[in-house]
Amino acid sequence: MFEGYTATELGSIFALQGFAGLILFSVFLLMALGLAIIFGQMGVINMAHGEFMILGAYVTYLCSQVIGNYAPALFGVYFFIAMILAFFASASLGAVVEWTLIRHLYKRPLDTLLATWGLSLILQQVYRSVFGAREVGVNLPQWMLGAYRVTDLIEIPINGLFVMCLTVLITIAVGILMFRSRWGQQVRAVMQNRVMAGAVGINTARVDQMTFAIGCGVAGVAGSAFTMIGSTGPTAGQLYIVDTFLVVVFGGAGSLLGTVASAFTIAQAQSTMEFFLSGSMAKVLTLLTVVGILMLRPQGLFQIKVRR
Amino acid sequence: MPERIAFLHRKDVIGILILAALLLVVFPLTLDSFRLNLVGKYLTYAFVAIGLVLCWGKAGILSLGQGIFFGLGGYCMAMFLKLEASSPENTAIQTTPGIPDFMDWNQVTELPWFWEPFHSLGFSLIAVILVPVIFASIIGMAMFKRRVGGVYFAIITQAIAAILTILIVGQQGYIGGINGITDLRTLKGWDIRTDDAKFLLYFVCCFLLLGSIVLSFFVQDTKLGRILVAIRDKEDRVRFSGYDVSNYKIFVFCFAAALAAVGGAMFTLQVGFMSPSFVGIVPSIEMVIFCAVGGRLSILGAVYGALLVNFAKTALSENFPELWLFAMGALFIGVVMLFPNGLAGLWSAYVAPRIDQVLGATRRRNAITPIDPAATPGE
Repeated sequence: MFEGYTATELGSIFALQGFAGLILFSVFLLMALGLAIIFGQMGVINMAHGEFMILGAYVTYLCSQVIGNYAPALFGVYFFIAMILAFFASASLGAVVEWTLIRHLYKRPLDTLLATWGLSLILQQVYRSVFGAREVGVNLPQWMLGAYRVTDLIEIPINGLFVMCLTVLITIAVGILMFRSRWGQQVRAVMQNRVMAGAVGINTARVDQMTFAIGCGVAGVAGSAFTMIGSTGPTAGQLYIVDTFLVVVFGGAGSLLGTVASAFTIAQAQSTMEFFLSGSMAKVLTLLTVVGILMLRPQGLFQIKVRR
Repeated sequence: MPERIAFLHRKDVIGILILAALLLVVFPLTLDSFRLNLVGKYLTYAFVAIGLVLCWGKAGILSLGQGIFFGLGGYCMAMFLKLEASSPENTAIQTTPGIPDFMDWNQVTELPWFWEPFHSLGFSLIAVILVPVIFASIIGMAMFKRRVGGVYFAIITQAIAAILTILIVGQQGYIGGINGITDLRTLKGWDIRTDDAKFLLYFVCCFLLLGSIVLSFFVQDTKLGRILVAIRDKEDRVRFSGYDVSNYKIFVFCFAAALAAVGGAMFTLQVGFMSPSFVGIVPSIEMVIFCAVGGRLSILGAVYGALLVNFAKTALSENFPELWLFAMGALFIGVVMLFPNGLAGLWSAYVAPRIDQVLGATRRRNAITPIDPAATPGE
């Protein structure tokens, strides 16, 4: 396995694969954050999560086109505008979906799964009709292109670095929102004991709606960040939905720290193995290990101890 | 006619006879051989849908990985047929004659060890059932013994379906990759590609399906079926009454897997190939919708559900391909929101009482117990 490589080369390989793993980690974590709110806190299976993400990606694409054509002066910072728009687009769609669909199904989790799968099919076809079946990419502003040379062998692309920083910021924001804000306190109260939360004056229906909308909004931001390192197609969301669910379940539903840890483990394992095996085998082995561990330890890595 | 014949109620017997007449007489007389072959293909999905009625509708275990078992059954059959089609005479132009063509294209020079036993038809037929059942029992043991159920089970089965697809696609030299196993020709020297052969295979498929239906009614109407329903509604109470809940769940999951596998094997025989596109997440969840449209609590309903959804799919995707995904999505949402008991639920709520009224018969038994929205199946 290691023959024919010198020590420095091996070091660089691990550093590069480690960095590729970090980017994959950012992608996983960004996708899983929204789901950790929706699935981890509310227990709602949102199979259309990937499509909410893709909505954010398409909003970013539209922004890059519009600003590139009509306001080139802003092009350097269009990305931040796009992210805010992506958040609100996905969050408002999420609120509508919660109001029309999800709120009727809170007591039938398996049916929610099927209904949101139907929603994801419809959204995919909408994207295909509006944006075409081909994948689209955004134009990156000048400062995001290029790579940062660490040594002769190690080069780090700047857009990857930017996405990683963004991931850290969004994770911290979600953490503060969930564990330091009044809204987060209400969400956790409703999820732990709905009746009691209602009795102390929390409007549980409204909290549900907000939680779902914010979870979808975070997915939109994730999609927006996603466009910087890859292209967007109508079915791109579906490709990642299983990985995302595994990340959340593996981390332990309801635990933000667990989601971060499991995204890191899965991403690093996969990208390190990718160098030595084919890409598909690396993925198969990683997912099999995760499924195997989940069979032995169904509660995931971190479990929040709640008396039910 | 007596009230009960063995374990079957009179209404069930009439239902089975009507379905048999439709499949064995009406379709063969009215459809050309191309359409009849299509119906045969749809019926292979009906096997999966019946399994899901027992597993999901009755026992409350939603498996999003029935494609795994459909695929395993289909692949076991396809491996045998492929070996027969790759005799040294047929493959003389290859670098290594006597091995399947896709292996030769991928520079594999020797038949892998797991292909060897599939030279024998007997082994292959046993493997069609046994491989999926063993696989299902491993999944079931690991999950149900640890009391994992509900949505977690659904997600894990879905992940396994995804893993299996990636594995098959990645291993092109050993199991045919994304194209699957194609160009299947003969079964013990009998050409399965002719119209006559397809006609006969259609009837084989129908009889196997009718047999599976009777067997499923047996599971449903005996004590076993009652316990499964009890597990769905209040698992803990059944456990505290002294039943080993996990064994019942493992059984019904394996039973559904075996049915799906038979469907897969018949699919391979009738359609003439097997590929990973019948294994993954999307086909697996489509199989759930066949069952949901027909009625998740009705064995016969599931058969009609599989037929109707597939008819609609063929008709729509022939004429308006872009509409199909909209229709499918609306079907998922509509079935869940508006009529959770599917066609069978509508039948027993609106049509059956009228028939009873007209016949002046007293209502004997409500075959379909409606789902109470306040209950929490799957928890």
